[in-house]
Amino acid sequence: MVPIHYYLIVSAIMFITGVVGVLTRRNAIIIFMCIELMLNSVNLTFVAFSSYLGNATGQIFVFFVMAVAAAEAAVGLAIVIALFRNKQTVQITEVNLLKW
Amino acid sequence: MYQFVGLIVLFPLIGLLINGLLGRKIKSEALVGGIGSAAVGLSFVVAVMIFVEMLGSAPGQRAHVVTLFTWMAAGSFKVAAAYQVDQLSILMTLVVTGVGFLIHVYSIGYMHGDRGFWRFFTYLNLFIFAMLNLVLADNYLLMFLGWEGVGLCSYLLIGFWYDKKFPGTGITWTGDAANKAFWVNRIGDFAFMLGMFLIFREFGSLTFREVMEGAESLQVGDGTMFWATLLLFIGATGKSAQIPLFVWLPDAMAGPTPVSALIHAATMVTAGVYMVARNSALYALAPDTMMIVAIVGAATAILAASIGIAQNDIKKVLAYSTVSQLGYMFLALGVGAFTAGIFHVMTHAFFKACLFLGSGSVIHALHEEQDIRHMGGLKRIMPRTYWTFLISSFAIAGFPPLSGFFSKDEILWKAFADGSVLLWAIGAGAALMTAFYMFRMVTLTFDGEARWGHDKHPHESPATMTIPLMVLAGLAVLGGFVGVPAALGGGNAIHQWLHPIFAQAEHTMRLPEHHNHTMEYLLMAISVGIAVTGFWFGRKMYLAGPDADRKLMKLGGLYKLLANKYYIDEAYDATVVRPVVKGSDALLFKVFDVRVIDGIVNGLGRLTAWISGTLRQVQTGVVQHYAAVIVFGIVLVLGLIIWG
Repeated sequence: MVPIHYYLIVSAIMFITGVVGVLTRRNAIIIFMCIELMLNSVNLTFVAFSSYLGNATGQIFVFFVMAVAAAEAAVGLAIVIALFRNKQTVQITEVNLLKW
Repeated sequence: MYQFVGLIVLFPLIGLLINGLLGRKIKSEALVGGIGSAAVGLSFVVAVMIFVEMLGSAPGQRAHVVTLFTWMAAGSFKVAAAYQVDQLSILMTLVVTGVGFLIHVYSIGYMHGDRGFWRFFTYLNLFIFAMLNLVLADNYLLMFLGWEGVGLCSYLLIGFWYDKKFPGTGITWTGDAANKAFWVNRIGDFAFMLGMFLIFREFGSLTFREVMEGAESLQVGDGTMFWATLLLFIGATGKSAQIPLFVWLPDAMAGPTPVSALIHAATMVTAGVYMVARNSALYALAPDTMMIVAIVGAATAILAASIGIAQNDIKKVLAYSTVSQLGYMFLALGVGAFTAGIFHVMTHAFFKACLFLGSGSVIHALHEEQDIRHMGGLKRIMPRTYWTFLISSFAIAGFPPLSGFFSKDEILWKAFADGSVLLWAIGAGAALMTAFYMFRMVTLTFDGEARWGHDKHPHESPATMTIPLMVLAGLAVLGGFVGVPAALGGGNAIHQWLHPIFAQAEHTMRLPEHHNHTMEYLLMAISVGIAVTGFWFGRKMYLAGPDADRKLMKLGGLYKLLANKYYIDEAYDATVVRPVVKGSDALLFKVFDVRVIDGIVNGLGRLTAWISGTLRQVQTGVVQHYAAVIVFGIVLVLGLIIWG
């Protein structure tokens, strides 16, 4: 059996990768993918603890997260498309109208 | 009857409301004047009825307090709109409403044709209302309400002819004179308030009765009482035109003549005397203040009388005469002769009101001419005015047995007996000057040849004006008989009457009894001699006309000093008015207001703008920056939770 901290380390690496991606990348699609990465790292943690503790609650929670992620992906991609139609770009630094 | 005291105050209030709200619509002068006069007349009737009932009751049961309603209540501090009806306040009420009524009637004739006719009667009724609150109040606060109210009316009525020019030091329009009166009075009112605060702190109450009861347990020479009484007296110097705050009264002559008679001679200016008399028990505890009061009174009496000699405006002469007579009253109060002071308030109200109204009659006849050098020969044309004026002049000069003789002589006698020879000598000197300038004025106005222009056709004034004159002249003759001293075989009724009011003060002061009448007779003889001398010189010199002033001009610098009122206005202008104006402009306005106040306000605005201008840079509009801040925050919080 693989010890629990293996899963946690992988999950942490995934999460940090996602965070760094969200903060540093300019392309809205990639930022989007990074968010998915963060969500899935959390899913991994849920599942790992669920198995470790012998409790199914964590796994049920994963389904919720997936559902939310799917909805979010649908809305998010729609926004990206709308953005592209208006500005012919998906570079997030160029979308900064709401400022001082 | 006592419970009807509220009516005395109510009638003028009704009159003022009717004339004030509807006066413009009422076209009839007779109706407006009638309402105004009737309001005061009814008050007088009620006052007389209360007075009669008071006469019928025992001396110990004459004082009553009638509470109308609670004016304000905050915790243990309560002030009621309550009127104190006693021997002193009813006397003042009778004078205010009685003389006030006559002056109202006179005004119907005097103000005939004035476009502000209804406004005039509204102000007059407002004045009577305020003055009655002042004299009837049973506490300091209500008295202060009246005190400020009469000041307001004084202001309104001095500047009544607001588009008329009025010459004076630093004064161009009548409104400037009104401002001067108001501002000078502010100084006094400020001191009055401080005195009131001090009394409240000491006694925890503002009603006269409780304060006087509290005063019984204090020792003579109490430090707090010295300051309280001194501050109240400074208040009185403002309202009653004493040194150093008397300068407003001569300029108050800018108002219509009935106003000068009512407010600036008979009633309002005696408010200070009344107030000091009302607080006699406190003053008795502060001999130092009494000394100051006596000295200020005597100094004012002689200073103003000497200025009066060299004035040519008939109303200015009377104004300085008023200041001088008020000085006598304070001299009396200062030596502890409270009764004599109040007695002189009463007699002075009669003869000075008559003199002012008489001067108004003359001014009216000569089409607003006020310079006595341009009068003369009016004796035959205006016999009623002449005779009443003459009688009142004899009264003020102190000819026996007219009213002024008894009241002034009692003051001089008390000044001698309970004060000092010096105070008496100053008073006597002022009496000599009074007799002189009065008969200078009478002679120049009514005797000799006519010196007015041919375009003027003087005539006797209408009955509404001459009847009040005759009544007042009658009072000026008879008014003194209520105070015939024991030395002349009289019972001194007014002294008996007011005795319960001043008993506490007299008990505290323990003034010696004077049973030796020889000195009193001697002083009386000197007084009469002084009056006759003044009369004789005044008449003899000025029968020849105003050129007789040349004889006075031989005094050279001294005459110039008198003619220019000792340059007191100029001195105040240079030492007080100008520095205040300059200081206000250079320091308060340009530095304090513009730099400090505006600087603080604008600075705060600029600071806010700068801070927000700097801080808003944070809002870049780039989502990633916000996300970075959120992440940083989460890391920080987690770090704190784990390691903190």
